[in-house]
Amino acid sequence: MGSLNLDMGLRDILSEKKPAILKRWFDAIVDTYPANTAEFLKSQQDRFANPVGHAISQGIEEIFDELMAGVDPERVSPFLDNILRVRAVQDFKPAEAVSFIFLLKKAIREEMKNLNGQTLGELPELESGIDELALCAFNVYMKCREDLYTVKANELRNMTSRLLERANIIRPTGGLEPETKEAVIKVKRKEVTE
Amino acid sequence: MAAKLPKPDELAAGIDFRPPKTGWMDTPVELKEGMFCWGAKEKNLKAVSFPNARDWSPKEKDWKLPENWQRIVLEGMADRLQKYRSFKLFMDICVRCGACADKCHFFIGSGDPKNMPVLRAELMRSIYRREFTKAGRIMGSIAGARELTLDVLKEWWYYFYQCTECRRCSVFCPYGIDTAEITMMGRELTNLLGLNIDWIAGPVANCYMKGNHLGLEPHTITSSVEFFLDDIETLTGIRIKPTFNRKGAEILFVTPSGDLFADPGTYTAMGYLMLFHELGLDYTWSTYASEGGNFGFFTSNEMAKRLNSKIYAEAKRLGVKWIIGGECGHMWRVLTQYMDTWNGPADFLEVPKSPITGTVFDNSKSTKMVHIAEFTADIIKHGKLKLDPARNDHLVVTYHDSCNTSRGMGLLEEPRHIIKSVCNNFHEMPDNTIREYTFCCGSGTGLNASENTELRMKGGYPRANAVKYVRDKHGVNMLANICAIDRATLTASMDYWVPGVKVTGVHELVGNALVMKGEKERTTDMRAEPLPGKEGNE
Repeated sequence: MGSLNLDMGLRDILSEKKPAILKRWFDAIVDTYPANTAEFLKSQQDRFANPVGHAISQGIEEIFDELMAGVDPERVSPFLDNILRVRAVQDFKPAEAVSFIFLLKKAIREEMKNLNGQTLGELPELESGIDELALCAFNVYMKCREDLYTVKANELRNMTSRLLERANIIRPTGGLEPETKEAVIKVKRKEVTE
Repeated sequence: MAAKLPKPDELAAGIDFRPPKTGWMDTPVELKEGMFCWGAKEKNLKAVSFPNARDWSPKEKDWKLPENWQRIVLEGMADRLQKYRSFKLFMDICVRCGACADKCHFFIGSGDPKNMPVLRAELMRSIYRREFTKAGRIMGSIAGARELTLDVLKEWWYYFYQCTECRRCSVFCPYGIDTAEITMMGRELTNLLGLNIDWIAGPVANCYMKGNHLGLEPHTITSSVEFFLDDIETLTGIRIKPTFNRKGAEILFVTPSGDLFADPGTYTAMGYLMLFHELGLDYTWSTYASEGGNFGFFTSNEMAKRLNSKIYAEAKRLGVKWIIGGECGHMWRVLTQYMDTWNGPADFLEVPKSPITGTVFDNSKSTKMVHIAEFTADIIKHGKLKLDPARNDHLVVTYHDSCNTSRGMGLLEEPRHIIKSVCNNFHEMPDNTIREYTFCCGSGTGLNASENTELRMKGGYPRANAVKYVRDKHGVNMLANICAIDRATLTASMDYWVPGVKVTGVHELVGNALVMKGEKERTTDMRAEPLPGKEGNE
């Protein structure tokens, strides 16, 4: 996917208004959290004391720049991941988790409401780029959830693997040993030394 | 005819993802999957004679409570307010300044205001005011008071099992309120109704019946250690012969049982075996005092005391002089701050004195128990070990302070001294995330189950975020710690948040660097990873 085919006028306006757009976008995302939380996410500037706020503010800037350059799924995915990895474990339904992308449309429209008709006519092109971002976001969200389930499965395996290995139920490389029950009995009787 | 295509604004108007704007008292609790653990099973509560034992599910509407449950809770509260002055004080003195509010890893990671320590405590204070203060009785919600309803009980249960008692919030409280103690009271009270979680109740029952959380019987413990000995022999060519339950040994060694079975803790256990062998230490393992951890501590004061009693009892039975404890977190909060008054004084033991260096551990004069990190740091400081830190050169290490060893006992420098002596590449995480400001792993106090993975990942995010920073900045690929729960749970947290960073106990690093007398040339580390410069040898 190439860069966005935008009129220089709109491109200039967007880059000039970038800080204002990002602020509107950030505030809209943060307002999906309860009021007390939103206040904290906005006010605490230390990235280690407020990792969620930091991930959002840094992430949306990177995503915005990518949008301007033309959405390349491979390049933009790590930026989306920084935000979505958090939202994938927070109390959001899948649609809620990825919805923050669409809030950018709202932020741009609000920031540009005084523009003339010709420039506004180019907004659909920009909004198609945002739709592409949303599709990428869906992929990234799913990857995060899959990672979460893999983490769960691996953890359960780690907890018990040594026990099962010792009982000769699984081999160190994985896979079930035949005659499992007998093997367990042998271990219990201490007939198995290995 | 096709329906009219809605415009973006029209679409958005029907979807509002913003949260409700009600006050906390008027926002009823909603138990969300992934955020809570399964309820305690009947058999596990019966094993320790706990009340209202029955199989129940937090997901069901009916929690099978006794009819007079409110009375049980309120009498339980009255009893504890009288018994524990700190509890009474903590109920009264909070001025809601908010200093603690944004310091909790669960609040930072989840964004749920009821995870602000002040608000979590307020869940209980509101009942305290209503039932135990005149103002609350008369003025009700104006005075921040409310009635103890079933919804409130469920809210208690949900949030008191979303706190890891890490005590980071208490570091910032100008009054020194220890919110962990409020959670402890919350858990005691829920236990009066049989409302424990099974991830705690199961280990407690096991520990009570068999001496350790996993319910390992003596032959399983010895055979497990035998397997480590095989691995150590393969690695070094040296066959170690530790002893079990040996009367007359100088030192009793007690460690969390998790290290006997769960990777990567197993490598830490191998590190202990190698170190003690190399020192020629006169020590013994016990298959009775086979658990340093204490999930009773996450249940009630009485239960913790019952489970802890075996340590001194075994020391007395074996006639040892003093005790070394392995790498664990909450185990050490119990040992340093509770054991002595619960089950001491251990006047049959001697003040710990290192037989290798002659150092007397005055700080353990009363408990007679020394943390292995203190013991090893002292050995290294006196130059009593031959170490080859280059064997850890494939690792770029950072150190996670466990909540309980840092905030609970001030063990800050010793682990760092060890790591810097056995590794060449060490980088600290940012200052406001380490030492007494350390962020919890997100899975302590018995919350390291798998059904609550979302909760654990949220709670683990602030810690992982700091690890990610040093991974990106310095190439850190190993997160060291001195806690068995950390070793088990940070692995999952790293896999989700910071892939590529593994987790290790400090004594695994020691085991790797330790040059043992008569050992063969090592080509791999304990995890069978090739040593730097030895790639391709095996």
